[in-house]
Amino acid sequence: MTAPHLRTTRTCPFAPPEEHERLRDQETPTKVTMPNGEQAWALGRLDHVRAMLSDPRFSSNRWLRGFPTLTKDRPQDVPGRHARRTPLVMMDPPEHGEARRAVVGEFTVRRMEALRPRIQRIVDDHIDAMLAGPNPADLVTALSLPVPSLVICELLGVPYGDHDFFQTSSATLLSLTAPAEERAAAAEALHVYLAGLIARRREQPGDDLLSRQLATSDDVEALVSLGFLLLLAGHETTANMISLGVVALLDHPDQLKAITTDPSRTPAAVEELLRYFTIAEFATSRVAREDVELGGVLIRAGEGVVTLGNAANRDPAAFPHGAELDVERGARHHIAFGFGAHQCLGQNLARLELQIVFDTLFRRVPSLRLTEPADGLPYKDDATVYGLYRLPVTWDAP
Amino acid sequence: MTKIHADTSRCIGAGQCVLTDPDAFDQDDAAGIVIVLRPEPPDDAAVTRARQAVLICPSQALSLEQ
Ligand code: SF4
Repeated sequence: MTAPHLRTTRTCPFAPPEEHERLRDQETPTKVTMPNGEQAWALGRLDHVRAMLSDPRFSSNRWLRGFPTLTKDRPQDVPGRHARRTPLVMMDPPEHGEARRAVVGEFTVRRMEALRPRIQRIVDDHIDAMLAGPNPADLVTALSLPVPSLVICELLGVPYGDHDFFQTSSATLLSLTAPAEERAAAAEALHVYLAGLIARRREQPGDDLLSRQLATSDDVEALVSLGFLLLLAGHETTANMISLGVVALLDHPDQLKAITTDPSRTPAAVEELLRYFTIAEFATSRVAREDVELGGVLIRAGEGVVTLGNAANRDPAAFPHGAELDVERGARHHIAFGFGAHQCLGQNLARLELQIVFDTLFRRVPSLRLTEPADGLPYKDDATVYGLYRLPVTWDAP
Repeated sequence: MTKIHADTSRCIGAGQCVLTDPDAFDQDDAAGIVIVLRPEPPDDAAVTRARQAVLICPSQALSLEQ
């Protein structure tokens, strides 16, 4: 029997492809054919995905032969690009545990909570600017994209005067439409900028992540790489969740009302939105380093495993009526941030940003609405991180 | 009596336990590693939260002793 091709694009903006749910609902994991023609095991059940992601016999190193990739190349054919270090996300134990422990103290719940007033100010400033500008507006450029990059500025201690440079360069770097040379130039400029910022912080430490890291290590290259990781991992993802969350809440007025009347419900709504969209669902793919039995099949060393994260986050065994958005569900056991030792380092920062954005936006602009039907918007069906290119909104002038 | 046990060598500092029950869990400031503030859940609701923390912890660092 030939393995079916894995569909990597969505058909409905609010659901995984039906094939993914079918694969999930089969008795045991089955093989699929990836876009480059190689085969991989597809995991769709939440318990299978959790078991796999907590098993150190599966590797995160995407340069290893067999690692499932969504592009047409094979992973080992993709050169290391400008990475001068193995990124944290590709490390395996014990190297990974040590590297993660060196930075994890920066992302504690308490440390993130301390950023709240500064994030609130960033969000308020951008809503002010949007309300003062043209109506209708594109919420992606007005709010979704600038907020996460300015929050990363706060975290890294980028001085206020450099915010514009930082935000424009990161927007170019992450753009899907900018030419490759422009993106490479932006990456280089950010690299040089981060190295310079680190040198200045060594002379004059401040109250920021880079200064604190410098107190225990003088490995500048590792710090630049950490700055880049935060930028790349925390920017597009949060931006897309802001846009998608706004669309979903506007599309479910009763649920939006639940949080506007009682903001203590917003954290639970954020978990539900994270589950419902699972925007980076393939980021948790792995390759087996040894033979492993999982879910009734034998996965052999060197075989890739692709996680159908969106289908898993709607697994009826874990989330009854998972196709429905229900902000009261109690969805915290979702795997939208992954699971196991690599679970997203910035998850609590993302949670905080999303809570502040949704609470503030709908409180300050209660008449906010879409100017086009929700199901006709330009969704990123073709990107590895799901999201929206554009989100046209309007509101009643006061 | 139910007792919460944390294996700090497994903890990856995701803070999910703190979000689940800030009365029972904290993270140390230096490394973000879990600190069990209150190992014995005082009532049924606290036991339920402890169970949820065990389920959600991404590194399986938490367990309950009955
Ligand atoms: S949820 Fe688990 S990994 Fe995260 S801080 Fe608590 S014990 Fe550690």
